[in-house]
Formats: sequence, C-alpha cells, structure tokens
Amino acid sequence: MWDAVVIGAGVTGSAVARYLSRYRAKVLVVEKSEDVCTGTSKANSAIVHAGYDAKNGSLMAKYNLEGSLMMEDLSKELDFPYDRCGSLVVCLSEADRPTLEKLYENGVKNGVKGLEIVERDRLVEMEPNISDDAVAALYAPTGAIICPFLFTIALAENAAENGVEFRFDTEVKSIGRTGDGVFKLVTDKGEILTKTVVNAAGVYADFFHNMMCEKKIRITPRKGEYLLLDHEAEGFVRHTIFQLPGKFGKGVLVSPTVHKNVIVGPTANDIDDREGTNTTASGLAEVMEKSARALKNVPVRKTITSFAGLRAHEDGHEFIVEESKENPGFFDAAGIESPGLSSAPAIGKAVAEMVKARLKLEEDPSFKATRKGIVHAAELSIEERNELIKKNPAYGQIICRCENVSEGEIIDAIRRPLGAKSLDGVKRRVRAGMGRCQAGFCSPRVMEILARELGKDQSEVTKSGGESRIIVGEIKDKW
Amino acid sequence: MEERNLICIGCPMGCPLTVTMEGTEVKSVTGNTCPRGDIYARKEVTNPTRIVTSSVLVTGSRTGAKTVSVKTASDVPKGKIFEVVRALKGVTVEAPVKIGDVVVSNISGTGVDVIATKEVE
Amino acid sequence: MEQYNVVIIGGGPAGLAAAKAAYDEGERSILILERDSLLGGILNQCIHNGFGLHTFKEELTGPEYAKRFEDEVRARGIECRLNTMVMDLSSDKTVTAMNRTDGMFQIRAKAVVLAMGCRERSRGALNIPGYRPAGIYSAGTAQRLVNIEGYMPGRKVVILGSGDIGLIMARRMTLEGAEVQVVAELMPYSGGLKRNIVQCLDDYGIPLKLSHTVVDIEGKERVTGVTIAEVDSKNKPIPGTEEHYDCDTLLLSCGLIPENELSRGAGVEISPVTNGPKVNERLETSIPGVFAAGNVLHVHDLVDYVSEEAADAGRNAAAYVREGNAPETENGTAVTFEGGIRYTVPSTVDTEKMKDLMTVRFRVGSVMKDRIVKVYANGEEIFKKKRRIMAPGEMEEVLLRKTELQKFGGLKTLKIKVEEA
Repeated sequence: MWDAVVIGAGVTGSAVARYLSRYRAKVLVVEKSEDVCTGTSKANSAIVHAGYDAKNGSLMAKYNLEGSLMMEDLSKELDFPYDRCGSLVVCLSEADRPTLEKLYENGVKNGVKGLEIVERDRLVEMEPNISDDAVAALYAPTGAIICPFLFTIALAENAAENGVEFRFDTEVKSIGRTGDGVFKLVTDKGEILTKTVVNAAGVYADFFHNMMCEKKIRITPRKGEYLLLDHEAEGFVRHTIFQLPGKFGKGVLVSPTVHKNVIVGPTANDIDDREGTNTTASGLAEVMEKSARALKNVPVRKTITSFAGLRAHEDGHEFIVEESKENPGFFDAAGIESPGLSSAPAIGKAVAEMVKARLKLEEDPSFKATRKGIVHAAELSIEERNELIKKNPAYGQIICRCENVSEGEIIDAIRRPLGAKSLDGVKRRVRAGMGRCQAGFCSPRVMEILARELGKDQSEVTKSGGESRIIVGEIKDKW
Repeated sequence: MEERNLICIGCPMGCPLTVTMEGTEVKSVTGNTCPRGDIYARKEVTNPTRIVTSSVLVTGSRTGAKTVSVKTASDVPKGKIFEVVRALKGVTVEAPVKIGDVVVSNISGTGVDVIATKEVE
Repeated sequence: MEQYNVVIIGGGPAGLAAAKAAYDEGERSILILERDSLLGGILNQCIHNGFGLHTFKEELTGPEYAKRFEDEVRARGIECRLNTMVMDLSSDKTVTAMNRTDGMFQIRAKAVVLAMGCRERSRGALNIPGYRPAGIYSAGTAQRLVNIEGYMPGRKVVILGSGDIGLIMARRMTLEGAEVQVVAELMPYSGGLKRNIVQCLDDYGIPLKLSHTVVDIEGKERVTGVTIAEVDSKNKPIPGTEEHYDCDTLLLSCGLIPENELSRGAGVEISPVTNGPKVNERLETSIPGVFAAGNVLHVHDLVDYVSEEAADAGRNAAAYVREGNAPETENGTAVTFEGGIRYTVPSTVDTEKMKDLMTVRFRVGSVMKDRIVKVYANGEEIFKKKRRIMAPGEMEEVLLRKTELQKFGGLKTLKIKVEEA
C-alpha cells in the first residue's frame, strides 16, 4: 500500500514527488513513457515567466509568481541551469500602447517586481536587432530561462534519492476505490493500491479527473511548433522577446536558451491527437513569419532542429490544483499549460502540502534537499578537467563533437538514479546529439555505450523507448 | 534491329549512348564523345560487369572491429551480383586480416575471389 | 607547452596527404591530431570502389586508398595522436586538445593545417515537417552502421537527396537485403555523379524523382511512412502531387557542410558560399600560418583532389615554417568570376608566392551545356577550355601558370568566366 501515487513524471509530477519526498511517506510515480520529461515538459519555450501575464487573482498568477521566485534558489539546490536574462514584451504599434500599459498594471497587481515600460531608444540599446516598428516594451528583469529537461530530471532524481520510487513504461488505465479510503489504480503492469493519488497526467489529466470528480473538465492538446537555432545565432537576442498581442494577433517569442542556442516559437493550434507532436510545413512557416515582426533578420537559416509540443489546455484556461470533493485523497494538478513550467515548484509544493495534510505526514529528518547534477565538463578549466580525467579517463574521450560531450558524462547519465535508457534520454541529460549535426556522428557511439552500460545488445537500444529501435538486424540477415 | 540507350559511366561527363544491335551483335554505338564510351557500351550490352563491394563479420579483433570490408578482386557479371552477396552471408573471418587476403575464393563460380579491403588487427 | 612546427588537425585523407607532403618538403616536426581511433577518416566507411583513379591510376575502395596514405605517413615516422579531440585553436596557433591518456593539453604550433572535413546536413536544418521517430538517418550514419558495425538500420527505405553518399547507400542497403523504394531529389538535377546514378540506382531499378521532396514523416516510435511531393521552380511542394510510401527508414543525403567551428573560434575568415575558410594561392587562411585543405575548405566530389590539394597545403605549411611569414605584400589579386560560377578556391592569387602551376577549383550553380571556361588576366584572355556539360555536383578546375601571370608585371585583375560556346 502506497501513501501516494503520482501519475505522470513530467515537470509537475516530478515536482510533486520531490516536495513529497520531504515527508515520511511511501511515494510512487508511475509514468507511461520510458523516462521522465517526455511529454509537454520536454517541448516548450524553456522560459520562467515573470508572472505579469496571468489574470490577477487566478491560480495561474499565484503559482507563476511563487514558482518564479522559488526557481533561482531551487536551481542552486538541485543544480540545473537557470539564467535570469529578463524578458521584453514588445509593442509594435502606438495603437497597442494601451494594451502594453494594461499588461504592466496587471503585472504590478500580480506582485511582479521591477517591471517597467522601456521606450524605443533604450529598447534598441537592449536589443539591437529589434524591429523598426517597435515603439516600446514591457521589461521584466525577473524573467528567466532554464533547461526544462535538466530541471525535471533534477526534481525527479532528488525525489528518487529521497526514497520515491519511479515505475516507467507503466500506463494507468483506470482509477477506482476499494471502499475503505483506498484507491486502486489499474495499470498495464498490474494493480496498485494507494491512500492518495496525484493526477499530474498532462494532456491526459482530464481522463483521470473525470473518473473521480463530478465536475467534468476537458483538456485539448494545443500544439506549439518551434525552431531551435545553432550556437552561431548566440547573442542575436539577449532577453526573451515576446510580442504584445496586437493587430496581428499573438506573435511568437525569440529567446536565448541556457545552452547558448536561440529558440523561436511557438504556434498555437488545437488538435485531437494527444500524441500529435508532429511539426507541419504551415506551422514552421508561421513561426518564421511571425518571428520577423518583432526582430530584424532572425537567423532562421541556422535552424538545427524543429519540434512541436502539446500544451494541456483546459477549457477554463486555469490551473486545477485541488483535492476532489467527491473523492478526498484524489488531488488534481490538471490544466497545467503555460506558465506551467514556471509554476512547477509552487504547484509541487502546494500539492505536497495538501497530501501531507490529508495523511498527516511528518517531516523526514533524513531528507536531503540538494543534489549534484552531471558535471558539464565543457565548462571546466583545463586544470579541473585534467583532474577529472586523471580520476576517470572516460572524461577525456569526446563522443559528441558538436556539444563537446565526453564519454564520462554519458556514462554518468546512464548510471545515476533514474538514468538514461535511450538515445533521447542521454541527449536530454548531457546534450549528446543535441548539436548541429543532430546525432549524425555520435549516435552509433552512444548506442554502443548504452548497450555496454545496460548490458544489452545494440539491437535493443532505442531512440526513445518502445518500438523506437535504431537498428533492425544484421547485414545480409534477410538473404 | 534493336536500340538500347545507356549513360556512359566512364567519366563524369555521362554521355547518352545509343547502341544498335542485331541479336547479340553490336552494330553501332553513337552519342559517345571518346573511345571509352564505345568500349563501355559494347561491354554493357553484351556482358555487363561490376566490382561488388560488401563487408563480412570478423572475430577476434584486438581493436574491437566488428566487420571487414571486402570486394571482388575483379569484375563479375552484373547478373551475379546478388548471388555474390548471398554467398557472403554467414562468412566470418578471423582477425588479423590484411588487405588482399582471400575471404572467399571463386565466389559463386565466377572464378573471381572476394578479398579483404581493410586491415583488421 | 609542447611545440611542433606543423600541427595537422584531422587524420583523414586531407590530413594524411598534408603530413606526407610537409615531411617530403623537409619538415620533421609534424603532429597529426585525429579524433577517431584510426587514421583515414570517413574513407574507412566508404567501402565502395572508385577511389584513386587519378592518384594511383587504379580503382580502389575507400579503406584501401586510406591505407596507402597511412602507410606513407607511418613509413616517415610522423607522429599521430589518435582518439584526440582538438577543443580549441587560438589565433596565435595554440592548439588545445584532449584525450584519455594525456588529458587536456596545449601545443604551440608554428603552422597549422586545418583538415577537419565536413558533416552532413541534418533533417532539422532541412526543416522537413512530421514526427521525429527512430528511423531517420543521414546517409553517412547509415553507412557507418552498415559498413563498420554490420547492422541494418532498416528494411524499407526512402532516400531524400541524391548526393553521392545517398546514391552509394541506396546500393549498399539493397545489396544487404533492404528494399530501397525511391530516391527523391529537391533540385531538377542530381547532386551526385552520373556514374553513381547508373551503378547505384539504374542497376537496381531504383527510381530517382527529381524536383521532389519529403513533405511529411509518419510514425511515433519508428518511421512508418513518408510522403513525397513534387516541387515547383521555387522548391515549394505542389499540392496534389503527394505520394505516400510505407517505409521504416528515411535516409538523408542533402549536402555536406565544412566543419569550421575551430576555424571560426580562431578568427579565421569564412566564406559564406563554401562555409570554408577564404584562402590565398598557398591555401593559407586569413591567419598567417594557418592553412586549410580538403572538405573543411570546400566540399569535394573526389578524394583524389582532396589529396592533391592537401599536399599543397602541407608543402606550404612546411615552407612557411622554413621561411617564416613572408613580408606582407599587396600583390594578392582577388579572383573574380562570372557566368554562373559560385566560388573559387583560392580566392586571391599572389603571383610572387604562387607555385609554377597552380590549380584554381570552382563550382557552378546550375547545369549548363556547351560552355567555354576562360581566364582573363588584366582583361586579356590567357586560358580557355571547352566544357560539354557543367553541373553543380561536379567540381571544375583551371590551371594557372606563374610565368604567364608574371608577364603582366603587376596583375591587377584575374577573372574566370564561363561563356556560351
């Protein structure tokens, strides 16, 4: 019998698990994919919103602001990249100035610190590539960027180190009650009994909510397509550049990433398929076209990859973070769309406290709040690097030449708790294959390391779990 | 009289060749720029041949090599290409291997040996 | 800090030829840094034949061609450090490199030869829409999996791009038991050599669809199908021309890009056309004493020409060490071009410093028939040759004689022009 089962190992589920791991409780996270961070959490803008956008008084506004304020300390505790680069919402026409001012006021009401409206002259100094149409911008110095993979992985890993169990490739099919305050989760790997359930199922959260709650909700996957630009585009923008919604509708953002790329996007299209993460010709064209409104000569020719993510958009456009009235012990963290990434620490903490109250959990004195990430060897000095190589020569062997990732880092990514099991798992943890050649050179090498470390045959190595095998047989096996 | 159109592979120019044949006899070759085109065309319509390259598995490599590349030591009839690669199925060589080592002699009865094209320690 | 006179970055065909030539020019302090575990670079996985006709007058496979150069380098006792990645090159020719045994170390070089080769254009850079499942490989990755690892990356294959590696892989996959259904090429002409279309596609009945591209990739875990469509003259897909192929693999052979991250880091000036360094008549980059050759300079079709070019770079590096930096002269004349030429290598020529007979290599931007290539010095025609057909996929060259150019006293202009015959 578990005290709590969290459905979904995205950023929300991982945050809940991490904050729950502070208490004496038996906690399990079940995830249908092979790894943490494989849904919405892996394909988004990688932004920590300052919190001026969400409607004053909403949960979105509350958790966004709280999350944004927690993020920097958390990034130090859990060792994931965070950069408070600031953000600018650019107003492209005098006619839209009232909207800009309203946004400023909303931000002030939400409690966002340091907001100011900057006029064109200063804007051009801050962002030399800004469009000639830009008249002013809302500057939010607390806006930041993070790595959503490393953030989620850090939360999950810290939870695991504090005793939370994770079961991957396990899909929850239904939730029922056994009458005596115990929930029964039927999965494709058997039944699980638990005292409480946390629904952090992303685009599937309405399924579980609707099994347990009278008031039905509906989640629609809202697709966002993105372009990721090469390191050569680094410095094109210094802040996250949003477009103020105006006469052309909602624009796209252009932002630096913590890994020194530039991200451009997203589009917003409601679709039916909850796994519909394909990019489209029209979507990619739209991203390019819209990015050109706020900035001059966006270097979209330096695209190294494009991708699409699905926001878990609930009809009411509000986070649902609460305990079910009909079924106490069932907690929702549903409708977590933007600013979900920014809000994750706050939502995780809030839900963990709700579970604590329900189960009357006690603090666990052995809880370890910090965690050390995989060393990023490329950032070390020659002396530090040599010390590392002396201890473990694998750090002297570069595997991914585009991102300068060593074998030592890849081995660590595989061996540590909740380690990588696939090429994408390695890529999200250490960036091997994330660079400009997009794994062309390193994938055969990473396959070899994965097979060796996991004691598998290379033919069993996958790109991202399931049937995503890289090789299908040996040469001439058909003859 | 029968006409066959070919593209010469003698050099990067890729001349379009027309070969006029009577039965198996070549009557004329046109479209070529140089004598090489004529030679290629006559061979291509009567007895087309190719070098076949492939790789076979290797065991006992000190460096961990899994395969060694091979080729037919000279041209084999085009129609025999698939027979040649099929005959290489299941062929495993023991390291060390030197370039030119015979991997399979007289492959598929062509009279041509398959030889290693890579050194494997 | 360790010191070497000539440090060669890359032990592929260019690096090996440069090392050999530098040695034969009298230089003895030479170091090759190679990131792979063996010398020969990409030739090791190019197990097909067709290499060496120009250099050795016989048809060799890639590994055989590489071995000949490796043997030459070994016979001269030139030092090679394998499994060694160069992490940085600075403008003062300090090379920072790393391997398992030596850790990270720095070398001060008097001259450097850049010979890092190139990489393949990826799916992301091509902006092909669709899912991102397993089963999408660059042709070179597939080539490594098949030829080096002995694995089949797929059974039913569609290939986008008719570059030579794609054509070669169409044949390789077929011979190893896969079904290659079609090769789609965005341009109205193939980027590969004609002989490869005949030997690799026609021989096996594999259709080549020109002016076609992939417009969708299906499959959430592994590729289950792709859709290709015809494109118009602006390379935009034409609605209604879509054709679906069931397949588990999509191979991409859509162009090669010189790998100049180290060069950029050092501040070497890069040509936006070739993506390689701008070089003078000695294949010297904008940094004196830093030379470049092979696919890092501009993408070649034939390794024979890589070897030839790299030998020049190696000799020039040795001469640079011997003679020091020749006094800066204003003699470098820009090579200009007209009539569909996209670039030339070198881009400037100094008639004092050039060798007696110098090759200028270039490419054209479209397929052209019945042309004459002419060279004009100070407006006067000094060279011409007829070309029946010129294509972007085939590198062109003209030869310049030092004595001929020096006749002009001061060479003001040097122009290469493609004219209609």
